[in-house]
Amino acid sequence: MDKLIYLDNAATTAVHPEVYKSMKPYLEEFYGNPSSIYGFAAKSKKAVEDARHEVASFLGAKDNEIYFTGGGSESDNWALKATAFAFREKGKHIITSKIEHHAVLHTCEYLEKLGFEISYIDVDEDGVLKLEELKKAIRPDTILISVMFANNEIGTIQPIKEIGEIAKEHGILFHTDAVQAYGHMPIDVNELHIDMLSASGHKINGPKGIGIMYLRNGVKIGSFVHGGAQERNRRAGTHNVPGIVGFGKATELARKNMETRMAKEKELRDYLIDRILKEVPYTRLNGHRTQRLVNNANFSFQFIEGESLLIMLDQKGICGSSGSACTSGSLDPSHVLLAIGLPHEIAHGSLRLTLSEEITKEDLDYVIDAVKGIVERLRSMSPLYEDFIKGKNQ
Amino acid sequence: MMYSEKVMDHFSNPRNVGEIENASGVGTVGNAKCGDIMRIYLDVDENQVIRDCKFKTFGCGAAVATSSMATEMVIGKTVQEAMQVTNKAVMEALDGLPPVKVHCSLLAEEAIHAALWDYAEKNHIVIEGLKKPKNDIHEDDPVEEE
Repeated sequence: MDKLIYLDNAATTAVHPEVYKSMKPYLEEFYGNPSSIYGFAAKSKKAVEDARHEVASFLGAKDNEIYFTGGGSESDNWALKATAFAFREKGKHIITSKIEHHAVLHTCEYLEKLGFEISYIDVDEDGVLKLEELKKAIRPDTILISVMFANNEIGTIQPIKEIGEIAKEHGILFHTDAVQAYGHMPIDVNELHIDMLSASGHKINGPKGIGIMYLRNGVKIGSFVHGGAQERNRRAGTHNVPGIVGFGKATELARKNMETRMAKEKELRDYLIDRILKEVPYTRLNGHRTQRLVNNANFSFQFIEGESLLIMLDQKGICGSSGSACTSGSLDPSHVLLAIGLPHEIAHGSLRLTLSEEITKEDLDYVIDAVKGIVERLRSMSPLYEDFIKGKNQ
Repeated sequence: MMYSEKVMDHFSNPRNVGEIENASGVGTVGNAKCGDIMRIYLDVDENQVIRDCKFKTFGCGAAVATSSMATEMVIGKTVQEAMQVTNKAVMEALDGLPPVKVHCSLLAEEAIHAALWDYAEKNHIVIEGLKKPKNDIHEDDPVEEE
């Protein structure tokens, strides 16, 4: 296939050439184990600590509050399971939202089996957490609130500062899965009262298999991966030095380009949203119109199914994703789309397009034309559309 | 791509898409909740031979491809012979389907049966082995909470 327009950057991103360049010496030349004593390993150790400092600065944290992990899912598992274990004598109640990533939701379901009680807080039609419900759910035995920074499917950014304040007021720990937000918008853990934060390298033009956990000093939770003394005894396993260096570099690039990148992506996102909503009838935008990630657009096209749409887009060299059941391997469409109140058949017809810095307006013009044609074609084949049109003409 | 070449061909160039006016039999099965709805139109001549068959489908790639293949397979057959167009036969004709998509081929068989049932009812005939279709798009309405 010649043409490739990659609009699935919420799934994963390309490694930035500068990130790759920064990692290469630690694969080829400086392969020493940072935990070793000899001088040869010192360079690896310094690279790890430099990356840690870069990440800490980005979050407004201290260096010793940053832990490198194997990715976002591991960080989420660590935050939830280790907090549950450490505070099980204090309480067995955890609060989260209905639209979390499965790394949080399935961990919560696992904890339920172990006897913990989880409150899954509703979101409104834009996907914003209902703060009043959150407040009402708090109990004397609540030990943790875990709410994602921004949603991976519909892009809605949560009122993190308000949630952080509520948690602080009640003396409850606050974890946020910031996998989609980290590197895409400014985050200050102190200003937002965040105690724990998960982020991932491959969502920010860094490598796969590397993530971080921010863990506020004084939060006493145990280790998740037991073994060696790496990461101040809190995350065992030989440091993934190239991955860590890449994560640091990706963070540095994200920080330096933040303003221009955000402005550019936002402009393109709005162009895409406005044109699709205007030019494709019976279409809705999923997620909040403005309080959303700058690179996220998510639509539902009535009367058609998402997988068919994705295959036809793929045939035109366009990569997107959908919340349709057929793409998830289950019979139910996305839990996020159902949580914002979409009926099943509308949820099945969703399309998520997530931009990168590389995307141009010309790319989007091509994509918009393709979407228009494909939606029209699929509707002409849809019995739902046939019924709708007949009903309208009666 | 997880689909066979034949599935992709029938998905990309579906045969017999559309409606038949004053059809001899129409059947609609599936429901929007699970994301697949299939409608089959039959045009049957006086010798009970299926002269034409058209479909409309809301669903994934496999659902569209099985609809397309099923219409091809029943055209030219008598209504009795059309009973042999089972989900297994449709699946084999498409060189197989991924395991999670097998239910789509069931839907194609059910849609054909539903259209045949409609034809049999209208003409007061009995097609051997044909049972009243269970699946109806309104069967699951209103959508129940799980």
